[in-house]
Amino acid sequence: MLISAAFYILSAIAIISALMVVAAKNPVHSVLFLVLTFFTTAGLFVLIGAEYLAMLLVVVYVGAVMVLFLFVVMMLDIDFVELKQGFTRYLPLGAGVAITLFAMFILVSNTRIAVNIGAGDLASPTPSTDIANNAEAIGKILYTDYILFFQLAGLVLFVAMIGAIVLTLRHRDNVKRQNVTKQVGRPRAEGVELMDPKSGEGVAL
Amino acid sequence: MIGLTHYLVFAAALFTIGVFGIFVNRKNIIVILMSIELILLAVNVNLVAFSVFSGDLVGQVFAMFVLTVAAAEAAIGLAILVVYFRNRGTIAVEDLNIMKG
Repeated sequence: MLISAAFYILSAIAIISALMVVAAKNPVHSVLFLVLTFFTTAGLFVLIGAEYLAMLLVVVYVGAVMVLFLFVVMMLDIDFVELKQGFTRYLPLGAGVAITLFAMFILVSNTRIAVNIGAGDLASPTPSTDIANNAEAIGKILYTDYILFFQLAGLVLFVAMIGAIVLTLRHRDNVKRQNVTKQVGRPRAEGVELMDPKSGEGVAL
Repeated sequence: MIGLTHYLVFAAALFTIGVFGIFVNRKNIIVILMSIELILLAVNVNLVAFSVFSGDLVGQVFAMFVLTVAAAEAAIGLAILVVYFRNRGTIAVEDLNIMKG
């Protein structure tokens, strides 16, 4: 009963804030509503026992990706009023497509196909919670059966990181930069001069 | 009792709202990117729900990979957005025609 109430409350908040993401006038508000959507969805994941994914959603998504969005939205100087034009123009088309799509999803999700899934048909059966908790169980299969995909996911992130750096890096002309080759390649004759000053006269610079 | 259908309907609603957001925010590429995030979140909800209710952990592992790809996509998309804004001074989608695509 409590779980049902939690599900309905969390999913209602998630759906309303998702609607606000697309309807908000200010993109900063959109980002913040998206954060709320992710938080409530993480709560829904906790309700069915997928704690690891829930924490991943909060830490990676809210902590990294949404902050990146927030940075970009706040740093770019954009005329948001102009970008909001055409909202009412495309509203009927969008609503039509959305309602059709939703009706199709509902039809599909109410369909039941009777298939007997035996224990042997599962690729990685969930162990009972007194043997391993959710994070433990995922770790046990992620680092063994799915290690190749795990490494490839890391490679995808690496390539994305390099790509983002290469795309946004730029050298400005009027900013001094360190030139390591020039520094290291400086000969001794350029940097050191031996003087023999007389007493009381000092060195002429 | 909360079952698989509840989660499927919730994911369907999120997915639909994401598609709706792409339609109504034709000009604002930031909100389009956020709508794509909503769609990917809906997919993740589906994966996790099926994973839990059929007792198979692979769905959650796959949802993690979807999350990885979504993060990479957001980073690259925003980098392109920043470069484009630096060059053109606007992010209106209708002006995105210098590649003559």
